[in-house]
Amino acid sequence: MNQNNGQLLEVRDLRTYFETEDGLVKAVDGISFVLKRGDTLGIVGESGSGKSVTNLSIIRLIPDPPGKIVSGEVIFNGQDLLLLPGKEVRKIRGRRIAMIFQDPMTSLNPFMKISRQLMEMTQLHLGHTREQAYQHAVKMLDTVGIPDASERANNYPHEFSGGMRQRVMIAMALSCEPELLIADEPTTALDVTIQAQILELIKKLKHETGTSVILITHDLGVVAGMTDHVIVMYAGKVFEQAPTAELFSTPGNPYTKGLLRSVPDPTAEQGQLYQIPGLPPDVAHRPPGCPFAPRCDRVEEICHREFPPFVQLNADQCSLCHFAREVYAESGGVGADL
Amino acid sequence: MNEKRPPHPGEEKSVESALTPLGTPPAAPREADIIHLGPEMAVAEADVRSAETREIVRGTSLWKDAWRRLLKNKLAVFGLVVVALVTVAAIIGPAVIKRISGFTPDYIPTNDVRLIKAFPPFTGPDGRFSWSHPMGTDTAGRDQLARVLQGGQISLFVGIISTLVSLLIGVSYGAVAGYLGGRLDNFMMRLVDVLYSLPYVIVVIVLLSMFRSQTARGQLILLFIALGSVSWLTMARIVRGQVLSLKNQEFVLAARATGVSTTRIIFRHVVPNTLGPVIVYATLTIPQIMLTEAFLSFLGFGVQAPLASWGSLSADGIQNIGIFPWQLIFPGVTMALTLFSLNFLGDGLRDALDPQMRTF
Repeated sequence: MNQNNGQLLEVRDLRTYFETEDGLVKAVDGISFVLKRGDTLGIVGESGSGKSVTNLSIIRLIPDPPGKIVSGEVIFNGQDLLLLPGKEVRKIRGRRIAMIFQDPMTSLNPFMKISRQLMEMTQLHLGHTREQAYQHAVKMLDTVGIPDASERANNYPHEFSGGMRQRVMIAMALSCEPELLIADEPTTALDVTIQAQILELIKKLKHETGTSVILITHDLGVVAGMTDHVIVMYAGKVFEQAPTAELFSTPGNPYTKGLLRSVPDPTAEQGQLYQIPGLPPDVAHRPPGCPFAPRCDRVEEICHREFPPFVQLNADQCSLCHFAREVYAESGGVGADL
Repeated sequence: MNEKRPPHPGEEKSVESALTPLGTPPAAPREADIIHLGPEMAVAEADVRSAETREIVRGTSLWKDAWRRLLKNKLAVFGLVVVALVTVAAIIGPAVIKRISGFTPDYIPTNDVRLIKAFPPFTGPDGRFSWSHPMGTDTAGRDQLARVLQGGQISLFVGIISTLVSLLIGVSYGAVAGYLGGRLDNFMMRLVDVLYSLPYVIVVIVLLSMFRSQTARGQLILLFIALGSVSWLTMARIVRGQVLSLKNQEFVLAARATGVSTTRIIFRHVVPNTLGPVIVYATLTIPQIMLTEAFLSFLGFGVQAPLASWGSLSADGIQNIGIFPWQLIFPGVTMALTLFSLNFLGDGLRDALDPQMRTF
């Protein structure tokens, strides 16, 4: 279903709030982005910025209570997912939008054989018979690089190492050839060499199957290597969005610049590592003005008073800041005087 | 990481000397420390390791590990063996006895009132030693061994079936309450609390009096239902507790993300993970139910003649305890032995399954 200029997913003004004892937590407060078919979108942000909640909202896995998707639209292939009845959403989950989670240690049911967990996917969504599902499961395990797939398929999760389990999760996610894969920090819990392997695997599978990917991470290195477009999130809002290369070379937002500065440079001298001072805000009690104001190095009086505008810097890049144009120009961006 | 650097002022020299000085060859690793690499450590793109390493890593399931643990526990093994023996004896016993000596539990040798008397164990009609009645007879002349074995059949049957009933009700109830949470869970558990407060023996007696059945078999079925319906409460609580902790595990979220329906998640994903405590509790419920049934039969509400259970045999036996003590001793001891074997087995299972269940 190719519609909307090859746009697979469009999220418009998504707001997800949680009612807690501390007050109303606006975990996601007006996120909008577009994912084109075949693209990889990276969502970057600190812990608590609302990255995971955004993705759970897309497939409506927010626990209700206490969370609620208050407003917004999630238009997947022309259909607003937020308006669909529960049954329809279940059909989409796994079949057309698949999700893999952060911790492979706990994402697999310890009591079920891997083969059964894989088979459940295709039996449920594609209507495979047991035999067909089993063959498919073994094939998927092979595709993700599990050696001796036909033997290992009958093992239990605890017989696999972390990297292997994440591969199994990827196999599960891609079993039904979904159009969108949401990977929520898929490599955070793994060591660095395995991280590289898993990311390569995702890239390879993406090329082979044409799946679009949303990759959530807090690791800018991963973003640089894997994504086509990036959104930077903070306190439930999009602070900057741009194509990856531009984000790294000409950031238009002080927060983004701060993040980039925080990445340790292995070639530089051992000085003090830069870190953005302060902590992410308490999303339940946000003061007026820019949420990043308390920590920004460019902060001025207006930042504490008024909420910043979402400035379009050039055709593909936007930034949420009172001084977006200045920051953009400082980092060498051109064409910002629209 | 262990590069030699000049010790900071104040640093103890002893720290450095505690480390093996650089340059000494490492001691040979002990066998226990060697970690055999299995195929799963191989880098996926690299060639698969050779066959020898493969046999070191053999898949073990959680059950096999638990079984091994159970076997190490001597008391549990004793319990298991006794329960197995008693069960086998109860199943085939009456048939075997019938073949050997022709006695069935309700066989009365003669209608001549003058000749009927109760024989002590291993005594024949003429007072001399005889193999015919190893456990003696009761006042009507029926062979005790056959009766005790049949009693075993009935008692075990009642225990197991009632436990299954309570399992079915308790697990479903607890799993649904635990998974759905919120007000429904609250309501369901308060209901359980209310039911808990009822004196269950009285409830069972009332139920059995209200629905008295004509046939002995009907009475048995009533007994199952009555006993099963009061003993599911703790099972429900246990399962609910397990489900509450399980439902926040990531694999449940992952399963939901693949589009599995809620019912399927509860019964196919979450409940199997609660099997450990469920099995333990079920094994401990069987003796509880058997004891309750014995109590009821003792009072006359349980199993009716001509069927016998250990409880009713004890009830009969106690009437003549002064004169014919064996009529109480044999059923009583057999029952006690079975009950505590089941309890040992249940405890052993708890130790065997419990630590295992926590490793995820």
